[in-house]
Amino acid sequence: MTGAAATTAGSAGSAASAADRDLILEARKVTKRFGGLLAVHDVDLEIERGAIVSLIGPNGAGKTTFFNVIVGILDPTSGHIRISGRRLIGRPIRAWLEPVLWVAPAAIVAVITAILGVITGSPEVTALGTAVVLFALAAMFLSAIIRPRWYVRLLGRAGIFRSAKPNEMVSSGIGRTFQNIRLFANMTALENVLVGMHSKLQASPVDALFSTPRAQAEEVRAEKRANELLALVGLAGRGHVVARNLPYGDQRRLEVARALGSEPTLLLLDEPTAGMNPQETVTMMALIRKLRSELNLSVLLIEHDMRLVMGVSDRISVLDHGELIAEGTPEEVRANPKVIEAYLGKPPE
Amino acid sequence: MTAARSRVGAFARDHRSLTVLIGWALIAALLPMFVLVPPFSTFQAQSLWIGGFANAGVFILLALGLNIVVGLAGLLDLGYAAFFAIGSYAYAFGASSFTGLHIPFWPMLLVGALAAATFGILLGAPTLRLRGDYLAIVTLGFGEIVPAIFLNADKYTAGTNGIGGVAQPELGPIKFNFSDPLPFYITMVVILALVMVFIYRLQDSRLGRAWMAIREDELAAASSGVNTVTTKLLAFALGASTAGFAGVFNASQLGIVSPDQFGFAVSFTVLAMVVLGGMGNAWGVAIGAFVLYEIQSVLLKQLNQFFQGQHVPILEKIDFVQYQFLLYGLALVGMMLLRPEGLFPSRRRQQELHAGVADADVADAPAPTNELGDA
Repeated sequence: MTGAAATTAGSAGSAASAADRDLILEARKVTKRFGGLLAVHDVDLEIERGAIVSLIGPNGAGKTTFFNVIVGILDPTSGHIRISGRRLIGRPIRAWLEPVLWVAPAAIVAVITAILGVITGSPEVTALGTAVVLFALAAMFLSAIIRPRWYVRLLGRAGIFRSAKPNEMVSSGIGRTFQNIRLFANMTALENVLVGMHSKLQASPVDALFSTPRAQAEEVRAEKRANELLALVGLAGRGHVVARNLPYGDQRRLEVARALGSEPTLLLLDEPTAGMNPQETVTMMALIRKLRSELNLSVLLIEHDMRLVMGVSDRISVLDHGELIAEGTPEEVRANPKVIEAYLGKPPE
Repeated sequence: MTAARSRVGAFARDHRSLTVLIGWALIAALLPMFVLVPPFSTFQAQSLWIGGFANAGVFILLALGLNIVVGLAGLLDLGYAAFFAIGSYAYAFGASSFTGLHIPFWPMLLVGALAAATFGILLGAPTLRLRGDYLAIVTLGFGEIVPAIFLNADKYTAGTNGIGGVAQPELGPIKFNFSDPLPFYITMVVILALVMVFIYRLQDSRLGRAWMAIREDELAAASSGVNTVTTKLLAFALGASTAGFAGVFNASQLGIVSPDQFGFAVSFTVLAMVVLGGMGNAWGVAIGAFVLYEIQSVLLKQLNQFFQGQHVPILEKIDFVQYQFLLYGLALVGMMLLRPEGLFPSRRRQQELHAGVADADVADAPAPTNELGDA
């Protein structure tokens, strides 16, 4: 707790410390409120490159909510999150300016058209101008929905900030698995991984329509890579099996392979061993260690099983009732009276 | 024999586009000969048959397009006829005596598709957050609004009367006309073959996988890096543009465009074709559309004539054409109870609907890795 609190002294200070310590994820005072319920309250979390960090806590402590804030599914009520130093999640800034941006091009064209129309007095100019105005409005409207890269850059230049969407978080290096397995049940294992690689593939629909050599080569490469990832998690040769027909433990591992498809730098695992037997649990833990050593991944792990967490983590953060009650190495956390209290209850006076 | 068949199967997988083209070439050559054989030759003249096939092609095209939206991306669209209407009116505006413009058919084919795709995106954009039944209601509304606008904006669309005198295509020395349906037929087969090649390629691509991922689990798809917004909009746009093609073709073949051609019955019929044929499988959908169209346009009439000719009691008094939608309804109910995956399902959907029955076989079958499960 003290270590985390010491680095929260203003954004300039934390940016400097981020550079020093190569932080991959930096959450500052993240709060999420659902109506009257304070699900997550002022939680700080730091993950260094290559570290395995665990987030533990009793049921309903807010772990999954915090997770969903990190991956961009939920907007935080306050606080922000930086990924590799870039602020990606937080309260919107100057959001009122965005609608102005939508109508600005159309408005400028409208003014020019009006002036030219008065000067030349020709109806063609007015008609053409009106068409351009409508086109500009439609184009900005579509861009606002699709959010292409140039549009996001434009927002950045205008000083507008909005939290990144889940798919944008994926492209900035966050991969995740789900607490309740959410595979694409009727697609094969290989296709599941290929969907996971979506953000790394570049073939456009036009490439696909005309089956260009570029697209074909990319498909071959992607399939090879997907098979490598399947082999990495221990599913070699099972690529053709439809996901729903895989045994439970394999489905969990397939989710990991799918998350690896986007070549993440930080992997978020939400209870990866839930419902597994002891043998499968050991395999999963070995896999997590292997991911760090072979792919140099950082891992944020949500787990219930204290013994497992103690075995694999570099640092542990403990949540209870939405608050961070402890942070430190496994030994420190194990000895922390607050943690013992949260798990076992207050000792009788 | 089996070895030969498996070799054909392997060829079809490796050269899918070529297989589709060969398939359509065979169909195009065989169908006109087939109708010269009794009993089909007794039903109607060959040229009537061929004209009917070209009309059936319009519905096959619509069904293929709707299959992208409903079968692949899993977005239930009940107002699909609206895009058909937009394509038709685009051609009617571009090439008829009503507006005085005479843009040739071939570029208008693209213009109609683009116009429909634009409206597909405009409809898709505000409805992106909606799912399942809510989306169905919104698209239903859109499907009603579009013909209503064409009906009531009679200053620009000639209202109920519709726009007549729509130009017919020309290709070099060949001038298409009402008396000879063969050029329309061949054009339609070429369009269908190309559209189907494109659909298979999309289905096997990054975009096709993203569509299926969204159908399976939208949140998981977004968390895998799929931009669900663009992906869904592309499904709407590509589905709509296919309907735009169908609309332009239909307008040029009929020579008249009027709002009553695009009622809810069309949307419903096309959806029934997709469901009966086998959602998600392009060939299945095409066959489903063809069979349903021929039943409604030929078989029901023939039943009338047959029973009247034989003087069968009770049955000779029934006008089967009137019972078309009753028969659709019965067929759909029966289908959902007995074979919910459709007549020619994709392998994927078969698994989905018969989970547990075929699990063991499916898991052990050494299927090729890029198999997307066509019949």
